[in-house]
Amino acid sequence: MRLDDFPKIFAQLPGAMPIWHGTVDATGYRALCKQVLHGGGKLLALWGEDKTQDSVSQKAAGYALHVALVTAPGLLVLSLPLAQAEVRFPDLSDLFPAADRMQRSVADMFGLRPDAESDQRKWLRHGSWPQDAYPLRKSFDPHTSYATEADAYPFVSVTGDGVHEIAVGPVHAGTIEPGHFRFSVVGEKVLRLEERLAYKHKGTEKRFEGMSLQLGAKLAGRISGDTTVAYAWAYAQAAESLCLCTPPERALWLRALLLELERIHNHLGDLGYLGNDAALAFGFAQFWILKEDLLRMNETLFSHRYLMDIIVPGGVTRDLDNAGLLHMADTLRHIEDETARLKNIYDEHAGVQDRFLTTGRVAPDLAAQLGLTGLAGRASSQAWDVRAQFPTMPYEQLDVNMVTHRNGDVAARVTMRFEEISESIRLIRLILARIPLGETLTELGKAEAGKLGIGWVEGWRGEVMVALHSGDDNRIHRLHPHDPSWQNWPVLEHAIIGNIVPDFPLINKSFNLSYSGVDL
Amino acid sequence: MYQIIKQMLRTGIKSGTTPQTDDALRNQIQDINAQILNIVGRALAIRHVDAGSCNGCELEIHCLNNPYYNIEGIGMHFVASPRHADMLLVTGPVSRHMEMALKRTYDATPDPKLVVALGDCGKDGGIFGESYASCGGISKVLPVDVIVPGCPPPPLAILQGILTAVSRSKNA
Ligand code: SF4
Repeated sequence: MRLDDFPKIFAQLPGAMPIWHGTVDATGYRALCKQVLHGGGKLLALWGEDKTQDSVSQKAAGYALHVALVTAPGLLVLSLPLAQAEVRFPDLSDLFPAADRMQRSVADMFGLRPDAESDQRKWLRHGSWPQDAYPLRKSFDPHTSYATEADAYPFVSVTGDGVHEIAVGPVHAGTIEPGHFRFSVVGEKVLRLEERLAYKHKGTEKRFEGMSLQLGAKLAGRISGDTTVAYAWAYAQAAESLCLCTPPERALWLRALLLELERIHNHLGDLGYLGNDAALAFGFAQFWILKEDLLRMNETLFSHRYLMDIIVPGGVTRDLDNAGLLHMADTLRHIEDETARLKNIYDEHAGVQDRFLTTGRVAPDLAAQLGLTGLAGRASSQAWDVRAQFPTMPYEQLDVNMVTHRNGDVAARVTMRFEEISESIRLIRLILARIPLGETLTELGKAEAGKLGIGWVEGWRGEVMVALHSGDDNRIHRLHPHDPSWQNWPVLEHAIIGNIVPDFPLINKSFNLSYSGVDL
Repeated sequence: MYQIIKQMLRTGIKSGTTPQTDDALRNQIQDINAQILNIVGRALAIRHVDAGSCNGCELEIHCLNNPYYNIEGIGMHFVASPRHADMLLVTGPVSRHMEMALKRTYDATPDPKLVVALGDCGKDGGIFGESYASCGGISKVLPVDVIVPGCPPPPLAILQGILTAVSRSKNA
């Protein structure tokens, strides 16, 4: 099968986004992935599914492995049926290095394993359930609790004259999510960093199973709290695709408005912390005043500081009146003026620039090879932005200017944030001026069981995807949320190489990746 | 430098201009400093521990450190080590993978070892509940002094929770 033919051969999923889905065998799976890579495409997500108790297809359906790939026409989702758990699936980590942790997670959760020569170490599992128990199998009772064993994770150790290890976490020194970092250093210089995550694994995916489509929206908004809007929208797209529901146009415009507000508040917060980590506490104070101003506006206009639970399948639960539009325009004008002033101060500050420039650099070719995505990817010339490339309503009428830079250092990721704030403010102004009148919520309707719905949204950190497999009675059979942090965490291990240990917090912050979103 | 000073002057003092502050809290703030001094003998040192949250509760803890809430001005600050802390501010649910680390952090904290559990998840596991991977609320793992519900609880609610824990420990 040739990749160019897939829009003709595979079925396009209903809904807002250009997404095709088809079933392949092991040879086709690997061959198509290779063609996607050589055609300049990339891996978005990889997840497993247990179909052994499938009530729809009657026959014993075994398991399935799914992979989502970004290609020029849109998203290509391939499903590879696996008759038994013992059947190995083709490894993709040589094509897409980011597949490594995703495949290991599938192995931990389903007992489905990639080819024997790939990395077989565990990833999501620590010591809370035994090696031969697989939480995402349907036969696994979510309430089983096992005695905790020691994690005993086989870190790669670096040896040589003067090399020593610094182990940090899971509990870090600040208000940060928990995770473990193992640095191998000579003097102050970092030779290698190895991450050990999944401390926050709280059974999110299992929790989704059996939930009603309505309740699932609430949990989707809590996969990674800082990205609640993007996840809620992606979830809504997936549910609406399954139920063949078209939300009212005004609701779509409001969703984009909320998504851009989320981008701005996260970028403001990060800019504050990046100043702080470069010893400019003034930056923290200033940007966090602006962020607080925005959050208070959210509270006033939408009754939630982080806009949780506003996007639901079928539309949105809140509307804006004229006074609200004016209030928002005022707040944004203030934030725009102040941010421009602060940008000058950051740009002119020799000490800050000295810490930002050339620090934590990911060169464009390395970024491409490792699949660096989202904001961090665009800072290293990886020109991907769902809003610009696959614009859905209302983005198709807004002409998003994608921001990119090539230096790939902390300074580039800082500049990205400044410029994306300006662009988001521009987009919001257009939305406020052009938003159509009308309803904001419609009936979701019913989903046929045994179908797949996909949502795909450019969140502030990068692209968020929700894959929703429907069960009986408008319930969730299986849900896999994908955070861009899956791609970017492994790149952070490269970004730190050759830098000094004290620059790690700054580099880490410049990526600001989610733990909850990948630990699940 | 000139630009920075100019910007500071332009910004002015934001502390206390909290539109949602109720008067009760405003009056309380007068006494907080005295209360904290009375109990811990110095500024209240708080150590935050994320035991498995969705990271939404953390966003509000960050906000508590912004100039509007001026927590250092009323005698509390966040510290980097549990050994320096009087209070643990814990977000949850407690994932089973964090259970041990949370207990160790608690063991490393000197008296009075106050524990404030944050959020609906910190209260009882919230939307994540209890499962093979989640212990549920903080009280399943540690003795908890005060629970601050909300998803996430806003900064003023967190502040109130912290103060309640301090004043309760005085009365105890
Ligand atoms: S209470 Fe809400 S914001 Fe806090 S961790 Fe739980 S879901 Fe996230």
